[in-house]
Amino acid sequence: MYIKRALLNTAVGFSLAAGAGAAASAEEITIATVNNNDMIVMQKLAPKWEEATGNTINWVVLEENVLRQRTTTDIATNGGSFDIIFIGAYETPIWGANGWLTSLNDFADDPAYDLEDIFPLVRNSLSADGSLYAVPLYSETSFTFYRTDLFEAAGIEAPTEQITYTEFAEMAAKLHDPDNGIFGTCQRGKAGWGENMAFVGPMVNAFGGQWFDMDWNPTIDSPEWNAAITYYVDLMTNSGPPGATANGHNENRALFKDGKCATWVDATSAANDVKNPANSKVADVTDFFQAPKQATSNGTGWFWSWALAIPASSQKADVAKDFLKWGTSKEYFEMVGETEGWVAVPSGTRASIADDPRYLEAAPFSATIKEAIFAADPTNPTMNPVPYTGIQFVAIPEFQGIGNYVGQQVSAALAGQVTVEEALANSQKFAVREMTKAGYIE
Amino acid sequence: MARAVSTGQKSLNTAIAGTLGLVMFFPVLWILILSFKTEENAIRAPLEVLFGSGWTLDSFAAVQARSDYFKHFSNSVVISVGSTFLGLLIAVPAAWSMAFVPTKHTKNVLMWMLSTKMLPPVGVLIPIYLIFRDFGLLDTRIGLVIVLMLMNLPIIVWMLYTYFKEIPGEILEAARMDGASLREEILYVLTPMAIPGMASTVLLNVILSWNEAFWTLQLTTSDAAPLTQFIASYSSPEGLFYAKLSAASIMAIAPILIMGWFSQKQLVRGLTFGAVK
Repeated sequence: MYIKRALLNTAVGFSLAAGAGAAASAEEITIATVNNNDMIVMQKLAPKWEEATGNTINWVVLEENVLRQRTTTDIATNGGSFDIIFIGAYETPIWGANGWLTSLNDFADDPAYDLEDIFPLVRNSLSADGSLYAVPLYSETSFTFYRTDLFEAAGIEAPTEQITYTEFAEMAAKLHDPDNGIFGTCQRGKAGWGENMAFVGPMVNAFGGQWFDMDWNPTIDSPEWNAAITYYVDLMTNSGPPGATANGHNENRALFKDGKCATWVDATSAANDVKNPANSKVADVTDFFQAPKQATSNGTGWFWSWALAIPASSQKADVAKDFLKWGTSKEYFEMVGETEGWVAVPSGTRASIADDPRYLEAAPFSATIKEAIFAADPTNPTMNPVPYTGIQFVAIPEFQGIGNYVGQQVSAALAGQVTVEEALANSQKFAVREMTKAGYIE
Repeated sequence: MARAVSTGQKSLNTAIAGTLGLVMFFPVLWILILSFKTEENAIRAPLEVLFGSGWTLDSFAAVQARSDYFKHFSNSVVISVGSTFLGLLIAVPAAWSMAFVPTKHTKNVLMWMLSTKMLPPVGVLIPIYLIFRDFGLLDTRIGLVIVLMLMNLPIIVWMLYTYFKEIPGEILEAARMDGASLREEILYVLTPMAIPGMASTVLLNVILSWNEAFWTLQLTTSDAAPLTQFIASYSSPEGLFYAKLSAASIMAIAPILIMGWFSQKQLVRGLTFGAVK
């Protein structure tokens, strides 16, 4: 073990030394990031890079929405406050196409970095016009978390194939036992394009719905949307926890880990935490199956990647690139495995890590995650052809506003403040106005 | 003459006031409780949080280990105190002139100053950001002192103007007849008489600047980042950080709560100054 770690440290040391050679003199770079476990680990390990290169890092940690607003202002005004930003699969292609990010195409020329080792799906989601603009720290899709003990007690056989949402609702109803503190299903109800719409979007895809037709006309008032949202409201009313409109990812994760939910369709990146006995009451009785389908299986599991990018305004792009190579390299992931435990290694980005026996041993469910990520196809997210890419989002700048508004309407329908028809009519009206204003339609 | 109030009425009033006080204070109390819980316990049902296990100081230790509290704290002190006193330097002469040497435009000027507060800050974000970028003021304490002073200046001028209006002009005239210069008149006659009002103005503006969370987040990265950014760094939509977020919040609001506690008498006195003629 000691020898292995020593060899690993040596290998990391060599790659760092090579990086240090590239940097002519010591520089200070500023990294803007969100607060999550993977970035906390990176902050913890970053002093190794600082020691090896002589460079130093200023970490600016912000809440996700504040970070988006802050970095957008800085990049759009060419402020140059940040050298590296933590960015998602939604913003990367848009900002890259705007010329706001530095191209990372030269990473392909570095055999030690092995860009080809990163899953093509992930690379494509972080590219625009054939250029790579960010490198991934972790990627996720959605799948169903379920309680094996409750399934067994209710006499339900765990699905081995993708089930339909109709079958899923039947299961949830059978498992629902609020008198004993068990809810049949816990799904996101908190409004926001990154909250309830992350679950609702893929569900609408499954019901055959889509955000826009081929001419960019919004289709939110279609029968497919109506069927999906009616199903969602019924499912949560009949088998969900009370006050579900206040529950986002965090709240549901806590409920599930506390043994309150029989099923939960959410991010694969939460699996490590749910399966960790130190954090979770249900670590030993949780397993996973695919997110349900309905009229189609296209776009039924979302796809998201958190990545690191360099703003075009950065004056220290070379040093920033050196850090990016270090922080998303095979050696870095191995270092996380050795120091934090292999179960803590960020998932869904590199083939070599996904197939590493040490990782598979520590996180047996990682094979299911890999399979689920490979099943996601953001270029073909719906039953009928659409002019956009993205499963739970549409990769256009206007989507953030439209997604948030529709999220509020869906949340209001769930709370019973408006009917499903009213919520969808309001959403359609808003989307038409925004798309007209942006010049997509007349 | 005091109105007679029955004991029953008094008890009812006390109960209503107590309940309202508790409702207003409850969020802070809940944050305080969560800050002493483990992450796993902090997100449980309220009764489990209150009566369950998992009491710890770990969140405070973790927050202090990961973030430099004292750097953020000192930035908050410099920015809030600096912007308030810079504001006073401009506002005292402005309020004096409007209170004691009014013109037919004084009311319009006052209303115009107040109207600047009606503009949402985000409306001027890009121009101010560009100015800061070009003058090298991004992520500097002096930059934040200037912008927060400008944001709070209308409130300072309005408050001082109201207090100054309560001071009889004859006293200043008497000082002038005794040969006091304008500077001496403001420094040695007006200011001592307006101390309660000025103290409450200072306190209120220090609190406003301390809690300001738009410009302080938009214009800083690390060197000048105050406690608002310290709190923001523990907010996360993915992962459990409630206990640490609560601990960071308690550490950020504690100084201003303590200051408010000790100066509440002065604050109330100043805010009600001139209420009874």
